[in-house]
Amino acid sequence: MLQHAITFNHVSFEINQMNLLKNISGTFYKGHITTLIGPSGAGKTTLLKMCNGLISASQGQIMIEQEQIERIEPTVLRRRVGIALQSAPLLKNSVYENLALPRKLQEQKLSKEEALSFLQAVGLGANFLMREAADLSGGQKQKLSIARTLVNQSEVLLLDEITSALDPKSVREIEDLVVQLNEKYGVTIIWITHNIEQAKKLGHFTWMLKEGQLIEAAATDALFQSENPVVQSFIQREVAL
Amino acid sequence: MTYASLSLTLLFVLIPLALSKTLKLGLERDTMIATVRSVVQLLAVGYILNFVFASESVLYMLLMISLMIVAATLNVRKKGKNIPGITWKLVVTLLSIEAVIMSVLLGLQIMPATANFIIPISGMMIGNSMVLCILFLNRFQSEIAANEHTIELILSLGGTPKQAIHQQLMDSIKASMIPTIESQKTIGLVQLPGIMSGQIIGGANPIEAVQFQILIIFALLTCATLSSIILGFLVYPTLFNERMQKIVD
Ligand SMILES: Nc1ncnc2c1ncn2[C@@H]1O[C@H](COP(=O)(O)OP(=O)(O)OP(=O)(O)O)[C@@H](O)[C@H]1O
Ligand SMILES: [Mg+2]
Repeated sequence: MLQHAITFNHVSFEINQMNLLKNISGTFYKGHITTLIGPSGAGKTTLLKMCNGLISASQGQIMIEQEQIERIEPTVLRRRVGIALQSAPLLKNSVYENLALPRKLQEQKLSKEEALSFLQAVGLGANFLMREAADLSGGQKQKLSIARTLVNQSEVLLLDEITSALDPKSVREIEDLVVQLNEKYGVTIIWITHNIEQAKKLGHFTWMLKEGQLIEAAATDALFQSENPVVQSFIQREVAL
Repeated sequence: MTYASLSLTLLFVLIPLALSKTLKLGLERDTMIATVRSVVQLLAVGYILNFVFASESVLYMLLMISLMIVAATLNVRKKGKNIPGITWKLVVTLLSIEAVIMSVLLGLQIMPATANFIIPISGMMIGNSMVLCILFLNRFQSEIAANEHTIELILSLGGTPKQAIHQQLMDSIKASMIPTIESQKTIGLVQLPGIMSGQIIGGANPIEAVQFQILIIFALLTCATLSSIILGFLVYPTLFNERMQKIVD
């Protein structure tokens, strides 16, 4: 039996009279990886930010397990449902200070050992700990941002294009890490990616969004074999690139 | 001074007008407006003060202070159009400053409780507060715009609005206080402060004038510190909604 982690019921999102999301209904299943694909500007990031309450639906309802999202205290919700933001913003401070931020917000400390283990998880060595975050390369920044998202040990992880700046080897390492988090700790994953192979390889389920609409949501294999021409033309164009 | 001799000072207006015209600076219109406004406003204030002092009425004095606060609020409000409730936040800030400064000065009997002391000092404090509020709002808004991503990051990790905006708030409070502190370091070395010059020209003993000026400097320091802190703490919560989301403008 599939359990619901996050459910959307007729969710729309409007800003400045623009409909960024239109009547989205669907379920992200607990303990599974759902990949989210679709062209630029489709509304993927917008949908992801709704899952941890960074923005609220204009219409419709979002449920976290059985609870209405508005009933959950925002700080609690955002720790339960963690996000690695697409912009991977870093504090102008050391790598350690960046890693310790989630704890600091709860007036707790992050030990050096813990910090090192989070760095190791994303493939960054111990020598990075005291470096300035601003001096890291694009890929290293992205890894640090992922590591920092892990610190809250959320039950759901929202990943917004977290491998876009990485070399192929690093991409594989991060993919392995996410799969491991999912398999070993049962973390529910919602993963936005522009890499169609990644979406296919790692997803149990896949959603395709376009122009604010959910075109199709299905088991990954089924979606990739979908007869829907919009889905097919998107996949073929992405693969051709 | 007679009005005849005062009118000769219009020469000081003709110089910039002539230069603006020859150099095509295009400032003639603004210079004229500034000249007319300053003459009208100052003369009006002079006559009003004359009347208020003569009447010895507390009510008129309070009315005058209220007018200053209203004028200052209307002036600053434009700088924070996107901030909900900015008007009453400014009124509360300016009222608090006035209350604190006057409680100390009058409560400890540092200064006589008469209109000729209370009104000019109130004017200086409120005016100074006004400038500080403008500095603070400008800085705070640009700090927030430059750090959108960091603010969102802290919220996304489960931080509160206060935690998310703490750095920008503190930086802006500090930045708006610095000019007051810096200018006080060199005070008297180059330029004699206006009120002191005024008293000396008016024939007061320079030492007495200096004592009075020191009182004002200290009061302005409190004024500078309090203005941006009070306004900052009133403003930041309204930038977020009850779901701890940053309100986009
Ligand atoms: N705060 C906002 N105000 C106005 N428009 C917005 C806002 N946020 C997003 N948009 C618009 O909404 C649309 C969807 O944005 P979103 O970031 O969700 O797309 P996306 O699918 O994540 O795209 P990408 O793959 O390029 O990251 C875009 O057209 C974007 O310009
Ligand atoms: Mg996006």
